[in-house]
Amino acid sequence: MSQGDLQDSDVLILGGGLMGSTTAFFLRQQHGLSVTLLERELVGRQASGTNFGNVRRQGRELFQMPLANRARAVWGRVKELLGEDLEFVPYGHLRVCYTERQAAIIEQHAHDVRPLGLNLEILNARQLQQRWGIFSPGVVAGSYSPEDGHANPRLAGPAFARAARRAGARIVEHAEVVQVERDGLGFVAHTADGRRFRAAQLLVACGAWSKRLAEQFGEHAPLDPRGPQMGVTEPLPYAIGPSIGLSSPIEHEGLYFRQITRGNIVFGGGLKGPADAERVRAASRPDNILRQMRELRRFVPAFENVQLIRVWSGIEGYTPDWQPVMGHSARVNGLHYAFGFNGEGFAISPGVGETMAELIATGQTSIDLSRFAIGRFAGAVARAA
Amino acid sequence: MNSPLNPSPNAPLNAPRVIVVGTGPAGVRAAQVLVQAGLRPVVVEENARDGGQIYRRQPLGFKRPYTKLYGSEAAKAQALHRDFEALRPHLELHTDTLAWNLTAGELHVVREGQPQTLPFDALLVCSGATDRLMPVPGWDQAGCYSLGAAQIALKAQACAIGRQVVFMGSGPLLYLVASQYQQAGARVAAVLDTAPARKSWAALRGLLARPRLALRGLALMQGLRRAGVPLLQGVSPLRIEGDAALGVQAVVVKDARGASHRFECDAVGLGWHLRAEAQLADLGGCQFDFEPLSRQWLPRIDSDGRSSQAGLYLAGDGVRILGADGAEAAGRLAALAALADLGHAQGQALHASEAPALRQTLARMDRFRAGLAQAFPWPHAQAASLPDEAVVCRCEGITAGTLRHCVSELDSHELNRAKAFSRVGMGRCQGRFCGHAAAEVVASQCGLPIEQVGRLRSQAPVKPLMMNTREVQP
Repeated sequence: MSQGDLQDSDVLILGGGLMGSTTAFFLRQQHGLSVTLLERELVGRQASGTNFGNVRRQGRELFQMPLANRARAVWGRVKELLGEDLEFVPYGHLRVCYTERQAAIIEQHAHDVRPLGLNLEILNARQLQQRWGIFSPGVVAGSYSPEDGHANPRLAGPAFARAARRAGARIVEHAEVVQVERDGLGFVAHTADGRRFRAAQLLVACGAWSKRLAEQFGEHAPLDPRGPQMGVTEPLPYAIGPSIGLSSPIEHEGLYFRQITRGNIVFGGGLKGPADAERVRAASRPDNILRQMRELRRFVPAFENVQLIRVWSGIEGYTPDWQPVMGHSARVNGLHYAFGFNGEGFAISPGVGETMAELIATGQTSIDLSRFAIGRFAGAVARAA
Repeated sequence: MNSPLNPSPNAPLNAPRVIVVGTGPAGVRAAQVLVQAGLRPVVVEENARDGGQIYRRQPLGFKRPYTKLYGSEAAKAQALHRDFEALRPHLELHTDTLAWNLTAGELHVVREGQPQTLPFDALLVCSGATDRLMPVPGWDQAGCYSLGAAQIALKAQACAIGRQVVFMGSGPLLYLVASQYQQAGARVAAVLDTAPARKSWAALRGLLARPRLALRGLALMQGLRRAGVPLLQGVSPLRIEGDAALGVQAVVVKDARGASHRFECDAVGLGWHLRAEAQLADLGGCQFDFEPLSRQWLPRIDSDGRSSQAGLYLAGDGVRILGADGAEAAGRLAALAALADLGHAQGQALHASEAPALRQTLARMDRFRAGLAQAFPWPHAQAASLPDEAVVCRCEGITAGTLRHCVSELDSHELNRAKAFSRVGMGRCQGRFCGHAAAEVVASQCGLPIEQVGRLRSQAPVKPLMMNTREVQP
């Protein structure tokens, strides 16, 4: 394509993960702006497609709750919005623990989130055993969020992107952006194959790759790429409805699993694996896999006799304070960010998309995004310098 | 990624650590070279005994003679087994051991729930092959086996897959297994070859690279005909009939002239040549190339078996389907190349003297392989014409229609994309048996050449891993 072909739209989104795809969808569906989304390869991969698939609200920082509630509302009507259910099952989210000390933290959390619209049911060891009958005796307590659940991350991102396209967004795959510059009318993105796209507003939603783009605009966002360690077992008779996580301050104990209706147990957690954003490689470490098996046996002894059939990883972006970068640029008008979700973005992604679309279209949002502002890292740079 | 404590490969006093995976013809000959060079290789074998598939040894206690087990190949089988016995004191053998993962410089193995990390300077993967399968409507019923499985039942357990068996597919194994069943006293209801009877000149030229082997194939066909076994060439499989209670009951095909035939049976053996078991090479990060003649992706190797990854060597049917004789030559050559690369003086000398002849042998066998691929082609058009309700992925029950929906409605023009959307290749076999056919269905629906829809990426474990597997003991 020649340099002359400059394709204009109201909003340009860089990155076809869940944040970009949901934002594109809501920009079309609720605000009617013209949208172009550029994705380096295929939509909905890496962090968006390889994560666990939790639709979980409990256990988050309290200031994330409005976003999580907004997302949960979208999950509830995802079938009517997209025409497919993304295998979302609202069969609950259960969070359990091994120690009384952690039980107290869980109980306090239940108390704290109630005014924010999330009602958790506190369960003791006997109640957990009666209800699910799978846990080892070491599990002492838990909290159950009956309206949360899980969904299929392999389907979600591409489905939002397809729905955005049906609603009129231009979704361009295999479009690697090599440079973004500003002209009098807005931002111009140049792709590796020579195409140019222009819009007055730009959203950077490139996951672990966003740091470089933010730096282009003079903004610093410390972002560390890491790989989740995911696995799946052979199919078993379907019996476990909720998504279940083990809450622990010890990183290698913190596992989670869910059973999909096909019967397989999908699990993840523990230590992260190495990821190389430049080479687009993330690894499942063999020692991590074997440690996960040990912890899963400790958690649910019956897993001992099940076969693991596949492991995988992807590339996620982690920030030092474990909070995402989301909202306006602090320096450049018309520039917005949504990245660095620390392996916890899947559940809240439709809420992020709806909120970012609102912010881009109207200049404001009903949800307070100040805790996620990119400017919070500016001080750190100054100190480091 | 941290690389393990590699001693300098150039230090002659510090013996390099070399691992061989597999003890079929390629693995045994590779191990033999290493022992002859004074090394003590580590040998990892998934089965209880050495021998691999083609020269699979019967379980201890079984006493059938070599001639009965291996027919015309008895002498080769006996030599391979005997030579490996002689090597046993000079190598570290891990049987019943699965190599489940491969990372930089480390092979990860497990035996009865006990894992071990084996560091290496050179790794020779001689992982062999399994059947290449083309779906047939109804092949997901009980009583359908691969040709290889039918042969294992006979070789290892001295039992047949059924009383009245139809063998369908193409390639040398089709006639070999049918003959072995017929000689063992099973009733072979029919042998149905999808390849046309008339072979192209190019195919014949290739087959003439090994005239004796080609003649042996013809003799097998004649023997079956003489025994009164219906033998049809150029068939199009229509369906395998049966029901949930009894499993398969008949195979229905259309012959080259368009007439339908129905053969009653209680078991079916299916197979279209072999496919390389290349998961370890894939996990090791080896480059793969598309091989147009057989329409499959194979790990890239040079003339001596070096992969694209330093220190990683591939030999035997796990990288090029040359058969047992080719595997013996490739195993020896790859081990010599490994020794030469490690700076082993004796190995370098042996490599220099032996490599040219071994390369020549392999080149001749590769011409034969090409001839076979042309004479008994993978019937890819059959995948394109599968009815929508035909199951492609048996582990997950994914139909051709579901795959086509992924292409036409969900924009998946790449195989791993179709996997993500449909679950094809996500079951216990991880796409080893459905991956090739699924790629054909996706490619034909996209209207793209097969090589443009890619290949299923391998993910650990190489085969299912029990969750009771412990951690590696330091």
